[in-house]
Amino acid sequence: MPSSLKCDLCGKPATVHLTQIVNGKMHKVDLCEACAQAKGVTDPGGFSLADLLLKASLNPEAVGAESSVAAQGAACPACGFTPSDFKKQGRFGCPRCYQTFAGMVAPMLENMHKGVRHAGKIPEKALRRRSLVERVAELEAALAESIKTERYEDAARLRDELARARREAADPGGNAEPELGTSPAAPRR
Amino acid sequence: MKVSALLATPSELTDTASSKCAVVLMTRIRLARNLAGQPFPGWCREAQREEVLARCREALAASAPMKRSVNSAVGELSELERQILVERHLISRELAGTKHAAGLVINRDQTVSVMINEEDHLRIQVLRAGFQLKKAWTQIDGLDTELEERLDYAFDPAFGYLTACPTNLGTGMRASAMMHLPALVISSQMEKVVRAVNQLGMVVRGLFGEGSDASGSIFQISNQTTLGESEEAILKRLGSVLQSIVEHELNAREKLLEADASKLFDKIGRAYGILQNCHQLSSSEAMNLLSLLRLGIDLGLFPEPTRALTDRLFIEAQPGHIQVAAKNDLEPAHRDALRAERIRQEFANVARPDFSLHPKT
Repeated sequence: MPSSLKCDLCGKPATVHLTQIVNGKMHKVDLCEACAQAKGVTDPGGFSLADLLLKASLNPEAVGAESSVAAQGAACPACGFTPSDFKKQGRFGCPRCYQTFAGMVAPMLENMHKGVRHAGKIPEKALRRRSLVERVAELEAALAESIKTERYEDAARLRDELARARREAADPGGNAEPELGTSPAAPRR
Repeated sequence: MKVSALLATPSELTDTASSKCAVVLMTRIRLARNLAGQPFPGWCREAQREEVLARCREALAASAPMKRSVNSAVGELSELERQILVERHLISRELAGTKHAAGLVINRDQTVSVMINEEDHLRIQVLRAGFQLKKAWTQIDGLDTELEERLDYAFDPAFGYLTACPTNLGTGMRASAMMHLPALVISSQMEKVVRAVNQLGMVVRGLFGEGSDASGSIFQISNQTTLGESEEAILKRLGSVLQSIVEHELNAREKLLEADASKLFDKIGRAYGILQNCHQLSSSEAMNLLSLLRLGIDLGLFPEPTRALTDRLFIEAQPGHIQVAAKNDLEPAHRDALRAERIRQEFANVARPDFSLHPKT
């Protein structure tokens, strides 16, 4: 019953039906004449189905209740961004938003991409550096705790480890000359 | 280095001798990257944008591939300078029009340009004349890895590089080729090609990206999806789509020659006549005539060195470039006269087309 199909963008009766097959998955977009024109669907200059799918997924009336997770929800604790901001802009507020709104992002990605898990390059240096910075913070906390509870043997050990971790964090590649005057590093536990 | 100096330096696009590929004018790859712990540019307070801008400019200035670059805030550039950078495909119209803290870093030969605080904190781009996906990837991968030493990228093991728009998640990579497809346009096959390319998960756009028209029969074809595949897999898929478009275009040329060579030669001959004798020329007419001339070169009607000339004029016939040559503000009509004068001079010594290679006519 084609007459019952509504435009994914404005809800008027749809007369243009697009199908795209990506990686064996079928994606459909239904549009009315006016939206199809406006989006350049009929124009060889090109249009992007991903954009249409994204916008369609943001229009809960047209797509159905399930994707209206976007309806009303908490703001991102890091940046204050809300799901309704996303509906307006189609962009997120900060990297943390992907964690905050993970439930909303996941179904969107299935329509948008070839897969839902990253399979490409990893910023190894940056991640290694970040884990070293985190380790320094951990050791600092442990050292403070051991001093507070008067476990001085632990404190001495933690202080040496911390010094080593700080050196490493400052120079993750390990290219620096070993500093003179420091005792040789104890074997790692 | 200043933008004005940059424009006077030989560049990959306007002065390259390597643009020998008949159909692919240039290859571009861009990577979207963001700094961890900072809101995306569209959701940033101005002070945060300033901070991101300063950090990124500093990191780029310190990286070996970007030594001796233009490294500037957008606000420091005149409107005309920005327009010229857009015409050279070095920055986007959005960045050129921004009123907020944003910046650009462009290397000397203009193969690498980095936009700061566009849609994402960093948009890194490598641009190469001809069909050069592998070379472009090696170059951009190296720069990206070097920047990673100084900048903490926002990254998630499942979502990959985190970007303002979820359509760029994962690799954050958009690879594209600028293709010259006159025969597919003349034989009205472009709509069919666009549809087929879309079904393969690739996108077709006009010369200046989203929403721009395809004057001069020049189209940009790029990957649509960025998540769920490695960079190499995306590039391989795109490469094979591009290859098959090249074959279709070459077939369409054969067919045009077989079916009605005189009609095709008439178009090319007239284009040559106008380029040599015009006194008023709009930039879109210039694009279409240069496009026909380039087709003539591919068919052997003009000597090979003419190719570098047409490829350069594709860029230098754009309004901003004409304006800069005039050294002051111009009315559009006056600009058309100046463009015509310029092109007349450039084509004055180009030999008449030699149709004898195709004896059928």
